[in-house]
Amino acid sequence: MPEELKVKEKNDLQKPIPKEHYEKLEEYIDSLPSLEGRLIQVLHHAQDIFGYLPRDVQLFIARRLGLAGAKVNGVVSFYSYFTEEPRGEYVINICTGTACFVKGANKLTEEFEKKLKISAGDTTEDRKFTLKDVRCVGACGLAPLVVINDKVFGRVKPEEIEGILEQYL
Amino acid sequence: MKQIKSLEELKRIRDNANQGLNIRKAEEEKHIKLKVGMATCGIAAGARETFNTLFETIEKKGLKDVYLVQVGCMGYCHDEPMVQVNVPGESPILYGKVDKEKAKEIIEKHVEKGELLQDSIISKSFHKE
Amino acid sequence: MKRYQAHILICSGTACESQESREMIEKFHQELKKADLHEEIQIVKTGCFGFCEKGPIVKIHPDHVFYVEVKPQDVEEIVKEHIIKGRRVERLLYEEPTLQKKIEEQEKISFYHKQLRIALRNCGFINPENIEEYIGEDGYLALGKVLTEMTPEEVINIVKDSGLRGRGGGGFPTGYKWELTYRNKNDLKFVICNADEGDPGAFMDRSILEGDPHSVLEAMAITGYAIGAEKGYIYIRAEYPLAIERLNIAIEQARDYGVLGEKIFDSDFNFDIELKYGAGAFVCGEETALINSVEGGRGEPNAKPPFPAESGLWDKPTCVNNVETFANIPPIILKGPAWFSRVGTKDSKGTKVFALAGKVNNVGLVEVPMGITLREIIYDIGGGIRENKGFKAVQTGGPSGGCIPEKYLDTPIDYETLKEIGSMMGSGGMIVMDEENCMVNIAKFYLEFTEDESCGKCTPCRIGNKRLHEILIRITNGRGTEVDLESLQSLGEMVKESSLCGLGQSSPNPVLSTLKYFAEEYREHVVNRKCPAGVCSMGKKKTAAVPKQ
Repeated sequence: MPEELKVKEKNDLQKPIPKEHYEKLEEYIDSLPSLEGRLIQVLHHAQDIFGYLPRDVQLFIARRLGLAGAKVNGVVSFYSYFTEEPRGEYVINICTGTACFVKGANKLTEEFEKKLKISAGDTTEDRKFTLKDVRCVGACGLAPLVVINDKVFGRVKPEEIEGILEQYL
Repeated sequence: MKQIKSLEELKRIRDNANQGLNIRKAEEEKHIKLKVGMATCGIAAGARETFNTLFETIEKKGLKDVYLVQVGCMGYCHDEPMVQVNVPGESPILYGKVDKEKAKEIIEKHVEKGELLQDSIISKSFHKE
Repeated sequence: MKRYQAHILICSGTACESQESREMIEKFHQELKKADLHEEIQIVKTGCFGFCEKGPIVKIHPDHVFYVEVKPQDVEEIVKEHIIKGRRVERLLYEEPTLQKKIEEQEKISFYHKQLRIALRNCGFINPENIEEYIGEDGYLALGKVLTEMTPEEVINIVKDSGLRGRGGGGFPTGYKWELTYRNKNDLKFVICNADEGDPGAFMDRSILEGDPHSVLEAMAITGYAIGAEKGYIYIRAEYPLAIERLNIAIEQARDYGVLGEKIFDSDFNFDIELKYGAGAFVCGEETALINSVEGGRGEPNAKPPFPAESGLWDKPTCVNNVETFANIPPIILKGPAWFSRVGTKDSKGTKVFALAGKVNNVGLVEVPMGITLREIIYDIGGGIRENKGFKAVQTGGPSGGCIPEKYLDTPIDYETLKEIGSMMGSGGMIVMDEENCMVNIAKFYLEFTEDESCGKCTPCRIGNKRLHEILIRITNGRGTEVDLESLQSLGEMVKESSLCGLGQSSPNPVLSTLKYFAEEYREHVVNRKCPAGVCSMGKKKTAAVPKQ
């Protein structure tokens, strides 16, 4: 087994998924008037409940909607909004829209990577922060900007990043 | 909420809502504007009561195209509360010592009929900003 | 509707809301209550005013005073000074940089002066969460008129005569699209609103949905009547939570008032709308990909024909229009096609909303008549380049568009002229760049985007864009050669010609247009191994160790 898959397997075993979550999802699926064409909708809901979409959850959804597991995984991996990995407590989204790019968003990414010692797309070991980029938030007046969970930091300068992170420690 | 079933019902809701929205429109030239001096001295002299009376009277009569605006100190502190009436195309008229009664009179005579309240005028045709 | 003596309008678009405009609304409520004025003065949460650069915006009526960059701690002063005493709070007024003069009224600010608002007519004017305010501005009157007085053919003809073209990027005539869908007889048809605004640097659709959601709902119902559909879907990005919230409120209210649902205006027409969430895939802006995504699958495009007008959602005739296109429909119905077509150029009628961003002084949302020049948008409305730096290029059309150099600033813009100069209208993103931006690096940025967003279904797009990106990486690292420039050109043209959908057919535009207009800058990179703007690393770390020859 490749190394990275082993790690994934271990993670799944270490943190058993609470049964109530499945019950909640089941309840939601039962409440739908029809199951046709609902896959993305169900995945959105499942990600809200579980925080991410691990293999077992994808298979569970496949069974409940009468779809092949491969079809579900095909959809999950196609869209950037869905994640198969658990995310940190705080998700740092760096806007990489064009307006932010021309105002130096890549410098912010570098600075965050340096401060958190992870690269974009990863989560810190203590599961506190996930660093990722996001396609245009549409608040270009505030470029470059960073969204941490629901809070928006506008016109961010690289030297302000340390102070921003401190608020979450 | 009762469902809208005809154009007439929709228009009724529209006209009612539209009156509330008119205040946000910028085409002031078409409207009569009443300005009430509401600086500290104006308020101390009772401008708020004047303002409220004007507002209620306009409301009660359902006058359209009449806006009530509060403005700062108008300078004639000894004649507070003051009300300035701007009728489109005419020079502004400034009234002094406008109490509740006079406020009503301004609406009934000046705004509705175009008659000036000669006794209360402080100034006519000064330069309008 | 209760009447108030004054209205305080507070912008609640995404940009302002992320700068504490929500806290400000709370604070206004508290302060007015303290002053015992909460019964007399209405606080209205509006959609985007467009002037995002100076947000959060607060506007007070009937005085028409326009305050900019207001913070929660300013609220007390506004209430005490402006509301109670009627004195303007000077320091919060907008100062026109060119005149160095404080300006009180919104209409007199040059940012607004040259604009003509049709699609954005209600944004920043009404409360998007109150259907009665929309009705007060003739809302749902067009739907009522259509259902009680007109046949579907008449509706289609009005839209055709108006000359309205799709605002999502393609520019296909909207009336013809409707007619095609109308002609395909079927027991079931669908209307889809494309609100999957994926272009980086574009936020027109989001602002319309946040500021005037009912205009889209009304237009969708009108479309449904014209083409013979009873069900509509709005496909919206999950990244737009505020727009989703407002749409849900609006749909609920429209059902309560009977303008959505069964037997609307006592006619035989039924129509209902459901939201479908996107999940972050740029290609889903393409209509066949979007339809696959609405069906719950991977958002990969299909070959056309068949067009969605024949075989779309669940293989039924489907009409897909963009948010801004829809927002134009109700006024066209009410005021007539001639009213609309008097604005614009010969083949592009009406107005276009642009999201102006990048290195301009006034970042924001602007709606301008077709045929305006880029110079007017950037200098008169946008207030010129930041810090008085030199203009270098303006990018329109997002990842599908190109970079336009200074010599074309005076071209009147419409769908055709933008295409001629190597860019496109696109959905309306407009990013201004100054002399500090490297055009090779910008091209690399867009190719990185398209490489990532290519769905992978067809080879030219999947592999061609990857190769283009690799060559650009090489050039910006100082390892490019002159042969690379030729490869960029021929490969770019190949990808354009042979890709399956709009994404691949336009993705090389940023490279091809910069190659054409900024050839010198590319040559500097490959011949002299220098980045004139000083942005690219040019592989400094490595070359430092190589001894000079």
